[in-house]
Amino acid sequence: MSFEAIRADFSAIANWVKPNSTLLDLGCGDGVFLEYIRHAKQVKTYGVEISDEQVLACVAKDLDVIQQDLEGGLALFEDQSFDTVVLSQTLQTIHQTEAILREVVRVGKECVVSFPNFAHWSHRVAVFMGHMPVSKSLPYDWYNTPNVRVLTIKDFESLASKIGIRILDRVVLHDSQEVKWGANLFGSLAIYRVGRT
Amino acid sequence: MSSMQTKLYSLEFTKALPLKSGAHFGPYTLKVETYGTLNAKKSNAVLICHALNASHHVAGVNDNGQTGWWDNMVGPGKPVDTNHFFVIGINNLGSCFGSTGPMSPDPATGIPYGASFPILTVEDWVLSQSYVADYFGVQKFAAVMGGSLGGMQAIAWGMMFPERVGHCIVIASSANLSAQNIAFNEIARNAIMSDPDFHQGNFYAHAVVPKSGLRVARMIGHITYLSNDDMAEKFGRVLRRPTGAKQDYQFSFDTEFEVESYLRYQGDKFADYFDANTYLLITRALDYFDPAMDYENDLSKAFVNVQANFLVISFSTDWRFAPQRSREIVKALLDNKHRVAYAEIDAPHGHDAFLLDDARYHALIQSYFVKMQGEFN
Repeated sequence: MSFEAIRADFSAIANWVKPNSTLLDLGCGDGVFLEYIRHAKQVKTYGVEISDEQVLACVAKDLDVIQQDLEGGLALFEDQSFDTVVLSQTLQTIHQTEAILREVVRVGKECVVSFPNFAHWSHRVAVFMGHMPVSKSLPYDWYNTPNVRVLTIKDFESLASKIGIRILDRVVLHDSQEVKWGANLFGSLAIYRVGRT
Repeated sequence: MSSMQTKLYSLEFTKALPLKSGAHFGPYTLKVETYGTLNAKKSNAVLICHALNASHHVAGVNDNGQTGWWDNMVGPGKPVDTNHFFVIGINNLGSCFGSTGPMSPDPATGIPYGASFPILTVEDWVLSQSYVADYFGVQKFAAVMGGSLGGMQAIAWGMMFPERVGHCIVIASSANLSAQNIAFNEIARNAIMSDPDFHQGNFYAHAVVPKSGLRVARMIGHITYLSNDDMAEKFGRVLRRPTGAKQDYQFSFDTEFEVESYLRYQGDKFADYFDANTYLLITRALDYFDPAMDYENDLSKAFVNVQANFLVISFSTDWRFAPQRSREIVKALLDNKHRVAYAEIDAPHGHDAFLLDDARYHALIQSYFVKMQGEFN
């Protein structure tokens, strides 16, 4: 992968990953992040993915991938069995929100959770104008979106404290640039480093 | 596509095989078929392990006009591409397709072994397969691959010879049989052993075959290899009638339904070619397979020394070797942080799916083997 092609959220996550550690990516898609982090940090990686095509793409990349539905929990993985568990832009596609967050911090010593921020100003404007937002971070129409739980930065932080998830670090991005202030208004992608309380 | 170089061997082993039961067996012959060419480094060999009723004849068409049992998987340009891999098929010891088995004459008496043929295990087969690898000078297989009972052999390879196998490909399999699964095997064995023509396994001397027992055994097996939906789709409640004839009951015990006709046909065909003692022996090997038993029933502990990368595949409607059983294998590998890829193919064909064409399934195997080529070239 060329350096330019590395997504900003990838490098933000990579900053939190220790070299030569173990990492589990939940909803790993075609494995592009796993391939990146495996080489960038010499990490032993596994992915979980539900789609046949994406599993095939991972196998073609010589990645270790487990095909399963995250809604069913993480029974295949023991407590604290990974140094890092990543749930990257997947949380909003899962019905069992609380259950998967609890599972993530059960399996990972540290976890990374990222999601598109529904409260970005452009989304607020769209709703104000009477339409569901369609943007770079929410690229679907309301009738074909895989997202089932849209949320905001404030929403995530209050749920995290409610269910005993400790927020260790946060990076908020828009157009690959870090948003330093007014995160819930100007950030379109939120990335958290979290752990068990 | 190029044509496939195929060779048939009858390998004689004079040294007795030490069996898991403590007995020794030998000398013995193993029938072997190979496809493709072994490279100079002898690093491109793939062992294909067969399940209950298959043989060394994996691919291509043999002199008797029979197509190999996994011909859709193995061949030039196929998922296991014989243009790149040297594929070995072995008829397991105790089977009835040319390797030494219960129907072979015991050199001590000159009459078939019959009931005196030893009870074999998956591990015994794997040990004998390692001697075949030695014969070809293969120190390490690129992959050992199998479905169902064949998958059990692949697992056993990974445990018994960790340094001799690069990849274990375990399809529609399990690390041991469930009680329900053993029960189905027991019904099949019971059908055979209670057939008056069985003669305690020594039916060869009476010039008979316990055909009705074999027939029932095969019918039961067949039902369990298909899914309920698959049977509904294939047969439904359709009556066996000439085309255009009225679909009416005949109020008899003759073949009324299509599904009965299918089962009877499959049963008859099987009884004509398969050996009853081999059926008993192989189902018992299935029952006995339980690699976790020596490790406090903890499969994760059993897998500690495994070095191979695993590809594990299950099929959603396979209830004889259900996806849950494959997940147990995956979990034990994950517990050890061994390399594993796992796919659960949503296919309607039950356990039989591992032998059938399915684009997703075959693409996955193909992709896995293409990736593997980079490791030995």
